[in-house]
Formats: sequence, structure tokens, C-alpha cells
Amino acid sequence: MSELNKAMIEQYRNSFLSEVEANVEEGEWVKMCMQCGVCSGSCPLGKHWAHPPQEIFMMIRAGKREEVLTSDSMWMCTSCYNCIVRCPRQLPITHIMHGLATYAKKLGLTPKNQPTAKFAEIFWNNMMKKGRVNELKLGLSLYFKDGFGPGIKEALRNKDLGMKMMKAKRMAAGEFFGGHGVKDVSGLQKMIKKAQELEDARMKKFDEPEASQDG
Amino acid sequence: MAKREYSYYPGCSSQKGASSSNLMKSVDTMCEELDIQLNEIPDWNCCSASIGYASGSELPRLTLSARNIALSEEHNKNQEIVATCAACWLATKEAAERLKEDESMFAEANQALAEAGLKLQNTTPIKHMAEVIVEDIGIDSIKEGVKKPLEGIKIAGYVGCQTNRPFGIAGESFENPMYLDNLIEAVGADAIPTYEKKVQCCGGALAFSEPEKSQEMIKGIIEAAYDNEADMIATPCPLCQANVEIYQDQINEKYNTKFNIPVVYYSQLIAVAYGRSASDAALDGQLIAAKQLEDVAKK
Amino acid sequence: MSEQAEKKYAAYICTGCGIGDRLDAGELEQTASRDGRMNVVKQHEMLCSQDGVQMIRNDIDKEGVNHAVIVGCSRRAKVEAFAFNDIAMTRCNIREGVIWARPDTEEAKETTQEMANDYIRMSCAEIKQMNKPSPSGQQGRNPNVLVVGGGITGMTAAIEAAEAGYSVHLVEKSSALGGHVARLHKRVPFKAAPVGTPNSPDANLPMPEDTGIGDIIAAVEGNDNIKVYLNSTVTKTSGAPGRFSVDISTESGDTITENIGSIVQATGFKLYDPENLPEFNYAGSPDIITNLELEELANAAGDGPIKRPSDGKEVTSVLFVQDVGQNSSDEGRLPYDSGIGDLVSIKQALYFKHHNGDGCDATICYDNLRTPGAPGEDFYRSGQRNGVIFTKSEVKEVVPGDSITVKMHDKILDEDAEVKVDLVVLDLGMVPNSGPDPYAANEALEGMSDEDRAEELEAQEAHAADETSVKVESILNLDYRQGTDLPHLKHGFTDSHFICFPYETRRTGIYAAGPVRRPMDMKQAMDDATGAAMKAIQEIENAAQGRAAHPRVGDLSYPTFRKEGCTQCKRCTVECPFGAIDEDEERYPQYNEARCRRCGTCMGACPVRVISFENYSVNTVGAQIKECDIPEEWDEKPRILVLACENDAYPALDQAAISGEEISPWARVIPVRCLGSTSLSWVTDALNNGFDGIIMMGCKRGDDYQCHFVRGSTMAAERMAKVGDTLETLNLEPERVVVHEVAITDIERAPALIKEMEETIEKVGLSPFKF
Ligand code: SF4
Ligand code: SF4
Ligand code: SF4
Ligand code: SF4
Ligand code: SF4
Ligand code: SF4
Repeated sequence: MSELNKAMIEQYRNSFLSEVEANVEEGEWVKMCMQCGVCSGSCPLGKHWAHPPQEIFMMIRAGKREEVLTSDSMWMCTSCYNCIVRCPRQLPITHIMHGLATYAKKLGLTPKNQPTAKFAEIFWNNMMKKGRVNELKLGLSLYFKDGFGPGIKEALRNKDLGMKMMKAKRMAAGEFFGGHGVKDVSGLQKMIKKAQELEDARMKKFDEPEASQDG
Repeated sequence: MAKREYSYYPGCSSQKGASSSNLMKSVDTMCEELDIQLNEIPDWNCCSASIGYASGSELPRLTLSARNIALSEEHNKNQEIVATCAACWLATKEAAERLKEDESMFAEANQALAEAGLKLQNTTPIKHMAEVIVEDIGIDSIKEGVKKPLEGIKIAGYVGCQTNRPFGIAGESFENPMYLDNLIEAVGADAIPTYEKKVQCCGGALAFSEPEKSQEMIKGIIEAAYDNEADMIATPCPLCQANVEIYQDQINEKYNTKFNIPVVYYSQLIAVAYGRSASDAALDGQLIAAKQLEDVAKK
Repeated sequence: MSEQAEKKYAAYICTGCGIGDRLDAGELEQTASRDGRMNVVKQHEMLCSQDGVQMIRNDIDKEGVNHAVIVGCSRRAKVEAFAFNDIAMTRCNIREGVIWARPDTEEAKETTQEMANDYIRMSCAEIKQMNKPSPSGQQGRNPNVLVVGGGITGMTAAIEAAEAGYSVHLVEKSSALGGHVARLHKRVPFKAAPVGTPNSPDANLPMPEDTGIGDIIAAVEGNDNIKVYLNSTVTKTSGAPGRFSVDISTESGDTITENIGSIVQATGFKLYDPENLPEFNYAGSPDIITNLELEELANAAGDGPIKRPSDGKEVTSVLFVQDVGQNSSDEGRLPYDSGIGDLVSIKQALYFKHHNGDGCDATICYDNLRTPGAPGEDFYRSGQRNGVIFTKSEVKEVVPGDSITVKMHDKILDEDAEVKVDLVVLDLGMVPNSGPDPYAANEALEGMSDEDRAEELEAQEAHAADETSVKVESILNLDYRQGTDLPHLKHGFTDSHFICFPYETRRTGIYAAGPVRRPMDMKQAMDDATGAAMKAIQEIENAAQGRAAHPRVGDLSYPTFRKEGCTQCKRCTVECPFGAIDEDEERYPQYNEARCRRCGTCMGACPVRVISFENYSVNTVGAQIKECDIPEEWDEKPRILVLACENDAYPALDQAAISGEEISPWARVIPVRCLGSTSLSWVTDALNNGFDGIIMMGCKRGDDYQCHFVRGSTMAAERMAKVGDTLETLNLEPERVVVHEVAITDIERAPALIKEMEETIEKVGLSPFKF
């Protein structure tokens, strides 16, 4: 952990909150949380969160920049939207969790080998190739996400499943060679590139702690 | 029944040969029966589901959905968009709403769309197929068309997360929505309105990345169905269907259980109850065969 | 006695509401004339109709009927129709009390008729003991209201009373009007955001507002009906509502005596002394300040940034410590909290956002954040929206230094933290400015024997005479037998009937308002002041007509005592919950009708039974007990006497009957004004008469009392503790007499309690005293 984040002087100040407001999706809502804890109690994977949503919001207010951004917690969000419909202050909690994850990833602060982060990346890249998701390739690259050895094991473990899916015509081997896609791939890719540029231009610069990315 | 026409957004997993192609097929059959014409959005793209966020940030994601809406507005003029996948529906509807609220975001999305030669009006309503059934057609009308009531089959209606939250079906509660139970009753089967895990999360996309954690939740969903003496589980959501059906073997292995409960779509129930064949109802797409439905279809 | 000779009794029996169908009206008539010995007995098919009422009116005007029993519905129904104030009247309840409480079956018919006959006998006996109440004429109409305290509460009360046409004397101890509010920079907003304001982080939410105190002071000063006394105090208050005589010592040293109709005490609060809280180091640094001092800093800042006191540096970070020294069980700290401190700190944190810019960090350390009042939640959101940091945390220590170090434990993150800030603001609690509690010493008396009690009282009096040590200064200097000031409720806050009538105190005609009554903010204090002013006005008018105040509103009767019989035991003077009775030079009780609330506690207290009202006395109830027909033992029809408080228990029984609950056919219910008025002789008489069981139903007593007369049911419970002796002498089982706390909502429970007694009697057998 960096010295900067340990320094007491940074605590309970608005600096990190301002950063979140500027750069994180729906971040301007964070300050409106009234710490009731309903979200944390509603979260299906709650027990696996080192810091459930309520706590994440308090940490942001307490100025714990690095602890928040390097956290594994927001990667536990299944997008079930339970918290959103229950939050008495109507915070878009799901989106803030997604936003924090995105922002952390952008800053390179995501914990190494975070499986959901990896999966998301694979998914996105898979999709961007053809504009639609190729489930077979998605599945295969997923199994090899941790490298070749574990990938084989994982693939074997899921081999039966794969065969069953193919039999039920819910997985097509042909997908591997071509498969579905949009026609205007290049338009789509240009469009996304533009969107990315526009969004990057919106980002405000904030001092990043000189910490290692491992957290 | 008067003919209804919608602009159709099938989504990646409903494509031919994809994990929920059985949803697609049974929806086609159901729509034939209900006189619904679905006009596929030409050249639609993936919505990035609820997992794309981590790599594609806010504006790129919104733009993905904006492209689909723009294509629909261009080619399927004045038709409401209908999605059958919860994630597709949610992503598209959320994008539409966000771009309505935030003008600068709307302008930037259009700037990006221009790169692909498209323009978004963002005036098209975005519906889930379940809304079409419940609101546009009505459960009572569905009931009228039933030819082979699914008598004696006890079905746990599993609504799941994203069909239910944050938008859900108008007039239904987030904690205990009733429309799926009503639909189950309408096709002549027995519903379990008190099914505890009706709106429990199945892990969604995290079933891939966090299999152990997700399977623990899936186990609960199946267990509660057994506790309520359900013969099968029915759901409107492709991810729910896949997660709850596919992993039963792995769960059995890990928890020493003997789960083997069919998980079907509402559209399959309707197809069978309306007298269509097992193949039209895509019952051959089940990993765990829904024998009782097959029997009705054979009758 | 000529008045006695002129008495003409009548009973009017209503056969409406199903009474005629369920009961033999002829038999009822016969009971009234033969057993009840009424001079006139009439039936009517709907007595409350214009025709029925006119029939009674004619008898009063033309036939000289001056004592009437209305036989029909409960005394709580058709009150207006049967408001015959020029005669003595009672109501005999055979609708709710009999036919609605009993099933309409053949086998119940006999006992139902017996019940109704009994109630008629009882009411006829009662009316014979009653006289028409008439006011004493002790006082006339005095339209002057005294308001003590010139803060926002006092001024608001003064304006309200003055605008209603009453003259106000406003006494303020300090040299200026305005109180605490005059020191504030801004006030907490009065209104919530408009309906439909979204939850979003950029919603338009309420912000601190100007206090408006200048306009209010000007309104007071410019009102011809308000006379302001600055630098003045009340040095003596004697008399009673409608005829108070008040000495005001003024600035110049003169004492002015004013005649006053009623009084509003709005003496406000002071801040708790931070010197008592060493861990917050108030004395350690000029940059650790109270919430009131911050208001002054903000005022001094003008349009510029707020600067810290030590060196004039612009404040870039401020931390608020909530609830300091409050909600504490530690000796010398406040066991309550002011409840408004969080709103105040949100307001003050927003001062910094406004004066010192968004870059100034403002942190509020709370344990339980409470934002009462209509705008509360919106104002909280307003604070959040503007970037105030809220942290649920416990501040352990505040350490002075160049920047102040605050050591705390974050309760959400469950970790210790140290924060350095330029300024620390302590949210201190509100301590009421009330006078000494007249009953502070009286708790010692509870449960004492007669002799000990008398001794203790003597000792107290002697002690009070030579008391020179420091004590709380009196505010009203009442020359009442029961102390100089309003009784306290809790923690030094003045009394109020916190359940039903917040401004009522136990000193009729004196109303407490504002933070002297309970902690509250400016808006609440203004609402409070308006309520108290209304009460003060109402009491002026009641006193003028000799009418009682709440809860026996309008009652014209008042207690008198037979001097020849009085033993000067002081029971009545000490036990009257309202301090209505003084002692005259000969040490006899001296009643002040306008202070009296007609609860009858004095009557129940008097060991020689010499206290009575014209329409309620030991005899009015005693006669009913005696006239109740007690069946022979072999009839196996027990009798249960229920003495039910008319405020809660009696209506609960009525309501039970209305809702179709069955009430035991053996019960005979007599309403009493308050259990405090019950005489031990009623119990003895009833037992001697052959009643098998006795139930007394009164209100909840103790700290969280619901008794409408505050102390009545407590007094009753104390007295009834002695019933055991009586039962022992009569050789009767103790479970035959029970006292229950019954609330107005106990609709199922009240009949069940009677049923319970039925079962007890079945167990212990019928009373052997049936002759
Ligand atoms: S439910 Fe909403 S208000 Fe409550 S802690 Fe969670 S985010 Fe905050
Ligand atoms: S949406 Fe995410 S954060 Fe919210 S309850 Fe579901 S999993 Fe938890
Ligand atoms: S309301 Fe009372 S007086 Fe009127 S008819 Fe009924 S019982 Fe008689
Ligand atoms: S009736 Fe009550 S208030 Fe009146 S003098 Fe007696 S005890 Fe006091
Ligand atoms: S209680 Fe009765 S006896 Fe005692 S002082 Fe009062 S009036 Fe006299
Ligand atoms: S005073 Fe009570 S026992 Fe006394 S009033 Fe109360 S209501 Fe009843």
C-alpha cells in the first residue's frame, strides 16, 4: 500500500470522492448513500465480498482510493439488480460497481488473475471481432485463460457438458470456423473506437498513487 | 387475434447453434400460434450483456445498444423492439433510458454512430417478450387458446433477476412477481406461487468466472424446487435456463446430490399447450429431458 | 332544607336502538318507579330524537323535574342531545352496557333483563345523591396572558395571544428579545423539497434559511397588546387561573403586580457545559468550539470565509462531533439527546460549503443520524449532495494542536482513524431552563405509612425553611402548597401530558412550551408556542365560567370538604396531582376551583370521607353499590363489581360491546372519574353487600403513565395495596379484589378480565356475605 494512502491526512476528505464522481459511471451518486446497508444484505454473493457495496461507498468517502480500486469486491457483482430496487436512496449501485471495476481496470489496478475481469476481457474481445459473441470460442478461450495446463483440465472437466450441448444443438462445432457475425464489422469497430475516444476525453486526471499494480 | 408485429432482437445466445437456440425455436412456434410476426433487426450486434462492462466502458456499451435501436428505427419503422433475452432487453432498455436522461451522452453516442453511418432517434419502446405476453396479449387470452392443458404438472416458476429487475413487468413486485405463476396456471399446470427462490440470482455471467460461488446459489434454486415437489422449473431467461440446467451434474458431483430436474422456457410450455409437437417446442434442446411435456406433445 | 324538599326525580327510558325488542320495557318502568322511587317515569321510542329531548325539556321547564336519569345508551353517546346543564342528570347505560354486551338468545334473556333492572336501580340511587353543579364564582374573566421568556417560543406565543385579542405581559430575564435564535447565522429550513423532487444527486434541495428573527422581534415590539419587560423576572405568582396575581421585578428594581388569567412558560434551554467532557478538550484549544459559538463565527465571517479563532486562518477542514455528552448513562452527562443536533450540524457544515467553498471538507461524525421534521430527510440529502461527509463513528478523543487531531473509530469500516482538521465543532445537548421540581423530595413519600408520611412532611418543611445552599432558581415563584414551579417530567424538562395533551401541565392555567418541555428546534418551538397560546386562551375562558379544563372539559362541579369532619391530615393537599389545594391559616385545606381538574383524587384520599362534588361523591357511588340486587347464594348468580375509569376503561368496555364482545352477565360496571377517586369504603361496602369479586380498571401508571390525571392511578394503586387488610378481617380470599391497568384499546382484554374474575369466583366459591 502506498504511503499516500496510509497517511491519515487523506482520510475523510473529498478528494477521492471527487475523482469517483468525475470518472466512474454514476459516481456522482456515491455521496447520496445513507449507509443503511440494505444493498449489502441483498447481494447474492455478499459473503464473498471483502467490502460489500455499503462499505465500498464509505471507503470512498473515507478517501481509501487504493483499497477500493485494487479490491476484488466489485468484481463479485452478478448484475442481479437486487440492490438497486431495494436501495431507499435509489442509488444505481449495480452500475457504480461496474463503473468502479471498469475504472480500476483502466488504471491497471485490478487484482491479477481476477477471473471475472479476465472473462469480461475475453468476452469483449470475442464480441468485438465479429460484433456478436461466439460462444464456442468464448468457452474455449475461457478454459485457457489461466494458461495451457489448467485449461486442458478445465476443458476435460467440461467435455461431457460440451458434448451434451452439441447433441442438443446448443453448441455448434462449425462456429469455430467462422460462425455468426455482423456484416458491417468495420463500421461497428470504428463506431466503438470513436465512443472510446470520446469517453477518454471526458476523463479527468487525478494523481495516481505510485503503488505497484498488484495492490 | 389480430396480427402483431414487432422488431425482433434475438441476441447472441439465441442464434442457431448457440446455448439458448431452444428458446429461439420455441419462441418462433409460440409466435406462430399467437399470430405475432417478428421482424429481425437487420445486422444487429451483441449488447455486451452484463459482463461487457469491465472492458468496454460506459459510452462504448451504450453505443452498442444504440446501434441496434438505430438499425431498428431505420429498417423496422414504428415497430416496438422485442427481446427474448433478459440481458439483451435490459442492456437495450437501459441504454435507451440513459441516453434519454443525459443529453451530452446522447450527442456523443450519435457522434460515434455516425462512424457507422447511423443515427439514433431513441423514440422506440423496448419490450421483453414476457411483456408482450402479459401486457399486450394478456394471460386470459393465452388461456383461451390452450388445446392441451398441462394437467398435473407441477412447475416452479423461476423468474430470476434481470427479467424482474430493475424494470420488471408493470404492476408486479420485485420481491414476488406473479405473472409467471399466472401463465403456468393459464396453460393448465400447477404453479407454486410461494416458491422461495423465484427471484434468486443464479450467478449470471459469473457462472463462468466464479463457478463454485454460482453453483452454490444454483443448488439452492434447484433444492427449493424439489422441496416444493416441482416436476420441472420454467423460466423466461436464457441465462437462468442454461445455468440451472447445465450445471446439475457438476453440482451433484460436488454436493453429492441427485438433481435431475428439467428446466424449460415459458415459450415451450405455451407451444406444447397449444398442441405443437415436441420438436416445434424445441424439447429436443433439453439436456435434461422434460418427459411430461413430451408426453403431452405426443398425445 | 328547602332545596331538598323541591327535588323531583324522573327516569326516561328509551326503547330505541333495539332496547324495546330485547328488554321488557314495562318491567324497566316498574323498576324505576317501584325500586327507584322516581316521581316521573316515561318511555320513548327514540329518546335522542327532537321529540324525545323536547319531552324531557318540557318536564324540566313545566313539571319541575330537576333530577333525571336517562336510560338508554352510554354516557359517551348522544352527549349533545342530552346536555341538560340546568339539572342534575345521570345516564343509565343499558345499550352498550347491557343489550349489546349480551347475546340475543332465549337463555340469556333472564340475566339480561336482570342486568338492565339493576342498572336502573343503581342510577336511581345515584341521582338521589346528586345535586346540580354550579360554579363557585371564585373568579371572573381576566384576559391577560403572562408569557415568561422572550425567545422564539415566548414571542410566538405572545403574538398568537395578542392577535387573538388578549393582552400579553412578556417577561424576559436578559436585556434583549430573541433568545438563542437571535444568535444564529441561519436556521434549518422549514419546508421539505416540493413533492416529486427526484432522488438524484443534483436535485434541488432545501438549504439553510435566514432566521427571520428581526421581523418577529419587531412584531412583538410593535404590538399594542404586548407589554415587554426586559431584565425582569417573576418573583411571585399566587391565585389560580383567571385570578393569578403576579409580581414582576423589573430592571429599575421596582415590583409591578399584574392580574393574570393564564401563563405560558417558555424559558427555553441552555447548552450543556462542555467543560464536563474532558475527552473533547474544549478548554484545550480555541479551535474546539460549541455549536453555538460556530454560529457567531459564521456571523462574523460576513460574506467571506469562516476563519478559525486561534490564528484567523481560513478553515479548510472542519469536523463535527455529534451528541457529545448525550445519550450517556455516565454521572453528570445527559441521559437523552437533543434530537436536533444532526440537523444543526448539517446546516453548519453547509455554512462552510457556502462561505469557504466546495474545497473545504466538512465531516460529520455521528452515531445515529436523526433528522426529524418535514424537511429533515431532504435537508440530510442536501448536505450529502453538497459534499458533506457523513461517517458513523465514535469520536474517542479530540487533541489540540496546530491542527486538531480527532481520534475516532469508524463503525462501518470497523477501524480506528485519526483525522486532522482546522476546526472541531461540538454538538452539545440542550438543558432545560426549568425551576425546581416540587416533587423532587416526594418520591421518598411513596409507600410510607400515615405516621411516617406526616413526619417526613414536617421534616421537609422544616428543612425547606432553613435551606440556604445553592439550588435551582425558581422561575414562577408560585406560592402553591405544592412547590414553586411546574413539576418535572424527566431529566429536568417540565411536565406535560405527553400522551394526549402536550402543553398541559399539572398546574392548570400554566402551559409549558418550547425546549423547556422537551428538546426541539425553532420550527417545533413555534408550533409549540401556538399550541400553548391556544391553551392559555381556552383556560381564560374556562376559568371565567368556572368550567374544568381537560379532560373533564366543561364540568362545572368542584370539590368541597366538610370542615367539621376534617382531621387536617393533609392527604388531600399532598395527593392532589394538580397542586389545587393550599392550606389556610388554620391549616385546613383551601380549594382553588380553577386549578382543580375534577379528578376526585382528593376525595379518594380523604380518610374521613368529607370531600365531595355535587354530582360525584362517596355516596353517589356507594348508593349504587348498595342498591344493586344481590341474588341469594343458591341462585348461583355471582355479582362482580367493576369500577372503571371513565377515560379509558369505560370506553373500552363500551367499544367491546359495540364490536360484539360478550361481557359477563354478572358484571355491574360503575364509571369513576379516575381510579384515584376510589374510596376504600366502596370496596368494603361491596364486599359486605355480597359482591363476589371486585375489579378496578384504571390507566397505566408509573413513568410511562397514561392516566389522564397523571398521578391518579398511581395513588389508587398505592391505596389499594391496603385492601388486603380488609379482606383478611372479612376472612375473604385476596383474589376477589384486583386492580388492572386498562387502555382504551383493550377492547378484547377488558371483557376477558371480567371473565377471568368469573373463573376465579368459580374456583374460590361465592361470597359468604349474601344476606
Ligand atoms: S442500500 Fe443504498 S443507501 Fe443503503 S447502504 Fe446501500 S447504497 Fe447506501
Ligand atoms: S447487482 Fe451486484 S451489487 Fe447489486 S446486489 Fe446484485 S450482485 Fe450485489
Ligand atoms: S341513541 Fe341512545 S337515546 Fe338514541 S335511541 Fe339509541 S339508545 Fe335511545
Ligand atoms: S379533584 Fe383532583 S384536582 Fe381537584 S382538588 Fe381534588 S385532587 Fe385536586
Ligand atoms: S384529606 Fe380529608 S381529612 Fe385530610 S385534610 Fe383533606 S379534607 Fe381534611
Ligand atoms: S386518570 Fe385514569 S385512572 Fe385516572 S385517568 Fe386516568 S384515566 Fe384513568
